[in-house]
Amino acid sequence: MAKTYQAGVQDYRQMYWTPDYVPLDTDLLACFKITPQAGVPREEAAAAVAAESSTGTWTTVWTDLLTDMEFYKGRAYRIEDVPGDKEAFYAFIAYPLDLFEEGSIVNVLTSLVGNVFGFKAIRYLRLEDIRFPIAYIKTCLGPPNGIQVERDKLNKYGRPLLGCTIKPKLGLSAKNYGRAVYECLRGGLDLTKDDENINSQPFMRWQNRFEFVAEAVLKSQAETGERKGHYLNVTAPDPEAMYERAEFAKELGMPIIMHDFLTGGFTANTGLAKWCRKNGMLLHIHRAMHAVLDRHPKHGIHFRVLAKCLRLSGGDHIHTGTVVGKLEGDRASTLGFVDLLRESFIPEDRRRGIFFDQDWGSMPGVFAVASGGIHVWHMPALVTIFGDDSCLQFGGGTQGHPWGNAAGAAANRVALEACVKARNQGRQIEKEARDVLMEAAKSSPELAIALETWKEIKFEFDTVDKLDVA
Amino acid sequence: MRNDASNMGDYQTKQTFETFSFLPQFSQQDVFAQVEYIIAQGWNPGIEHEHPSTAFNHYWTMWKLPFFGEKDPTRVWAELEACRRAYPDHHIRLIGYDNYAQSQGMQLVVFRGRS
Repeated sequence: MAKTYQAGVQDYRQMYWTPDYVPLDTDLLACFKITPQAGVPREEAAAAVAAESSTGTWTTVWTDLLTDMEFYKGRAYRIEDVPGDKEAFYAFIAYPLDLFEEGSIVNVLTSLVGNVFGFKAIRYLRLEDIRFPIAYIKTCLGPPNGIQVERDKLNKYGRPLLGCTIKPKLGLSAKNYGRAVYECLRGGLDLTKDDENINSQPFMRWQNRFEFVAEAVLKSQAETGERKGHYLNVTAPDPEAMYERAEFAKELGMPIIMHDFLTGGFTANTGLAKWCRKNGMLLHIHRAMHAVLDRHPKHGIHFRVLAKCLRLSGGDHIHTGTVVGKLEGDRASTLGFVDLLRESFIPEDRRRGIFFDQDWGSMPGVFAVASGGIHVWHMPALVTIFGDDSCLQFGGGTQGHPWGNAAGAAANRVALEACVKARNQGRQIEKEARDVLMEAAKSSPELAIALETWKEIKFEFDTVDKLDVA
Repeated sequence: MRNDASNMGDYQTKQTFETFSFLPQFSQQDVFAQVEYIIAQGWNPGIEHEHPSTAFNHYWTMWKLPFFGEKDPTRVWAELEACRRAYPDHHIRLIGYDNYAQSQGMQLVVFRGRS
């Protein structure tokens, strides 16, 4: 029935608070943690977020009446207390599928975390989780290869992959850099990585790095008989330069390239993922800038959302933190988003910070990458936490070995295989960590020295972003 | 510890064979434990062999078909031994086929051929 036009300002909740609404399977669902300004009722704040992230603006406009707002509007349909927090609450919002361009994470985020985050009636706002409907997932390309295809290409089964970021992260010449790569790979690592800061600086231009690294990869492969790779970082100032670098990596016969998905942006990332699918290249994803967005417990975007967005945009690896190393990360929460990256169906589980059932359909899984301040003593915990479908990256923990990179790599490889062997035999490797490692060190002098070198190093600080529990 | 050349080891590059090849040669008991693990995961054991000169290829030659539904590690071990008798100069590996992941859950070179 036709409505009449009434200019002026309405409460958001009249239109956008719909507690009786039952979400559709095709709706995109979001859970926000809202901390409203004093005096703003919860329903109004939730409705305001729904409105400002979908069809609404601050006042009524006549053109609203030219469309079916009931069809297009976002709806706040549920409010819940945040355990242990009197000010904040969770608001659940359902968005109809047609609000978003197919296959565009850019478009989804522009709506859901756009202007609404600066909205004055809200003091803090955090996007905790998104449920992507399977209908939307089917419009996204996702990981160019996925876990199984990568295993098949690299011929690595039944264990985590082993990697390392080349250090120092800035300042090496291309030839010295390739040396560091070669030493790591000949010693037993599967993969090495450009540091995210390495793009194409005056001290090492990208062509030179790619050529020397290619020699290192191919030589170590020939000598060990194992398949090797180095994540060549193609993150660049503009898309044209990015593709130029990617093409050259392929021309050199390299199996994998790398991109920084947040600083590079989702448009670049999705484009590069498509290029990788087309060209049979693996894609490693780094996450510089994520802590700016995800570390504050009341404001920003939780990493589980960024991880889901990356899986849709495309990447075969993504950094997830280590739980045990030098960088922030709560164990239960990390296990939650690691599942969101790798599994095909993940049920709601608030103990792990998962607010919705998520069905990925046939979308391939992404390797979880644990990197940052880890060493051989952490190996039993890392194998237990991350399981086989992960890439464990020891930067300082390889190159800081007193005998150098090759020995450091061998120490890590021996420790890893000893942990996997013991786990498969039914041993509790986290509890028996010392026994498992000391036993393995008997036949590996490299591991014995590594265990001695890093025996006192721990990073035990409290996590800033904890799960909300009473 | 002072880090000078006199107390530093020299790491020699080794020909290795992916998973478990950095550990000491597996005993029969060690191999048994991994076969039991394969079976406990619901995977199917299989055996492949190849001459060292062509072992970098993805495809090695299959020894018979994978042993679908095999629950007895001793029978898998007997096949490994039979394969070795037939191809004493080949590398021989044990596979755990994971049909759910449509991949291999495990791959382990049990015997190394003389090269």
